[in-house]
Amino acid sequence: MYDSPLRKTEVDTNASKISARDVQVYYGDTHAIKDVNVEILDKTVTAFIGPSGCGKSTFLRTLNRMNDTIDICRVEGLIELDGEDIYDKRVDPVQLRAKVGMVFQKPNPFPKSIYDNVAYGPRIHGLARNKAELDEIVEKALRRGAIWNEVKDRLDAPGTGLSGGQQQRLCIARAVATEPEVLLMDEPCSALDPIATSQVEELIDELRENYSVVIVTHSMQQAARVSQKTAFFHLGNLVEYGDTSQIFTNPVDPRTESYITGRIG
Amino acid sequence: MTDATYTGGKEPAKHGLLTVDARTKKRNASEKRFRLYGLAAIGAGVFFLVVLLGSILANGIGAFQQTFIEVPVYLEEAKLDKTGNRDPAEMAKVSTFGYSPLIQNSLWKVIVDSGAQTEFEDGGDVKQMISASAAAKVRDWVLANPDRVGETVDFQILASSRVDGYLKGRVSRESIAQDKNIDAAHLDLVDVLRAGGTIHKSFNWEFITGADASESRAEQAGLGVSMLGSLFMMITVLLLALPIGVAASIYLEEFAPTNRFTDFIEVNISNLAAVPSIVFGILGLAAFIQFAHLPQSAPLVGGLTLTLMTLPTIVISTRAALKAVPPSIRDAALGVGASKMQATFHHVLPLAMPGILTGTIIGLAQALGETAPLLLIGMVGYIATNYPEGVFSGFLSPNSAMPAQIYEWAKRADPAYYERAWGGIIVLLLFLLAMNLIAIVLRRKFERRW
Repeated sequence: MYDSPLRKTEVDTNASKISARDVQVYYGDTHAIKDVNVEILDKTVTAFIGPSGCGKSTFLRTLNRMNDTIDICRVEGLIELDGEDIYDKRVDPVQLRAKVGMVFQKPNPFPKSIYDNVAYGPRIHGLARNKAELDEIVEKALRRGAIWNEVKDRLDAPGTGLSGGQQQRLCIARAVATEPEVLLMDEPCSALDPIATSQVEELIDELRENYSVVIVTHSMQQAARVSQKTAFFHLGNLVEYGDTSQIFTNPVDPRTESYITGRIG
Repeated sequence: MTDATYTGGKEPAKHGLLTVDARTKKRNASEKRFRLYGLAAIGAGVFFLVVLLGSILANGIGAFQQTFIEVPVYLEEAKLDKTGNRDPAEMAKVSTFGYSPLIQNSLWKVIVDSGAQTEFEDGGDVKQMISASAAAKVRDWVLANPDRVGETVDFQILASSRVDGYLKGRVSRESIAQDKNIDAAHLDLVDVLRAGGTIHKSFNWEFITGADASESRAEQAGLGVSMLGSLFMMITVLLLALPIGVAASIYLEEFAPTNRFTDFIEVNISNLAAVPSIVFGILGLAAFIQFAHLPQSAPLVGGLTLTLMTLPTIVISTRAALKAVPPSIRDAALGVGASKMQATFHHVLPLAMPGILTGTIIGLAQALGETAPLLLIGMVGYIATNYPEGVFSGFLSPNSAMPAQIYEWAKRADPAYYERAWGGIIVLLLFLLAMNLIAIVLRRKFERRW
């Protein structure tokens, strides 16, 4: 069923970056995430797949506490980043989000110049001491976002004037500019055309060298193409988690098999 | 459609595309009707607007012209400066009563020189033609230029409101039959002097810059001081309502948790926007004058009262503007590790700015035109003030406001004031128009597209 050849699927490292233990998420009375246990590895692309409404995006947002902005959302259980509980009272979510960057489903550049879009994060975190350093950070981030060559001559142009795929790569550049350790991506390609999608996918593969990347996707082909680890969510449960090659070729759980063969979802 | 094509059964008749079936015809007809209703509604609106503007202009434009009499006044030294040493302090002892005969006699001389036939015998008989304010004008000028005493100086003396009305067609020989202020014989003289160019109409700056005048001196009354009153009120409203309103909106929209308390506040703000303005007037009277003992009739109190009235407007429009900023922008800012406040002030607020400014200016324009609350805090009525001395007294000394001044003029018996009320409306409308234009320009300037 999968025409595209699987990329290199062996996991390079076994160092755990984020570990979740018995995580429960409630939206008011709704129990959205049930007993999720997962180890997300460093320098690895981990894909979350599953049907709509299964809780994969919700779980992703608990990893950098973006759920804090929703009043009725409540998280229980333990989520550790490098062994530190991110829901500890002493943790400032702002500091956490500098370490755990996020790219959203819809490209959402600020209505400012391309330069300012990327420079915003480093500015508010004080990463650059002067203009030259900031320029350097911006260039590096744009290069990592694989968009430098397209925008280097028009850094003053508004970021919103770029095409959808360019905007999304700009958003990725913006996210990596703050030197995060983990990059969360919530369906980053769902608003993009196939060419832009393949560009972003290549980029994700490159990002793996430096970051732990967690990507939520609706497209199983995409999960198979870019990830080394895959987690399958269904109705708020983490049904199966393992090497991507194993999940797609030899799933353990019958629900996983049904989903990847297109019978549920 | 027609009998020939009607199949008779339950199956709908089949049509080619070239014939229009009954349903489509009906739908098209109803759409056409609706367009006509819309056009009729717009037509009616435009008609009323034209009638309104037409009548305002027709009635009010006359207030911008005033009748003046050119009189060479002989500044007699024996009357104005008995000691002859031109000391302004001493000359100030001569009151306007000392000046009136000089002006009247000079006018009498003009009349005699013109060769007009008249039954009058001296200057005292023609004083009805001159504004009662003329003596004060000449006195002010003489005190400012004491060296000119003894000379004959040309003055543009304000004609009385009856003479002014005669030139504008408001006063006729029939209408003054019962009028004790002027006789038909005076009008005969006016005709002669007008033909000679001594009496003429010219643009009336005093109407725009001057102070209000008493009931009998309509020709002297101007809007200037009440404009200042409005200005000081608007400054108060802007300085208070904008920061308080915007801060409250940002807190409610971006930071406040949703619970019963914030729901309660929200409902109350919406209700406050619909409270009649006179209620705010009573509140202002009770809170600021009776409780806080701020001075009556002061623009500060007016401004505070109007602030209460403007706040809900600003809060509602600011919250609407903040709501209209896409949530993805907040996510983007939070996602790169901005704090909530940074996300709000760096990204959300600049995007909401055009809406906030528009709402604020609309709120201010509303406050500028508001009269009812001013009734209750004593800013309506004949408030005989001149220009305030300095900013501080501008806020605290009694004053009126433009709409209150217009209301006051419209109330007065003299038809000359009626014309001034309409003229005042023109000025007020120009201010409102200017403010709305500023709102549009700001919106255009700050609007960002994405």
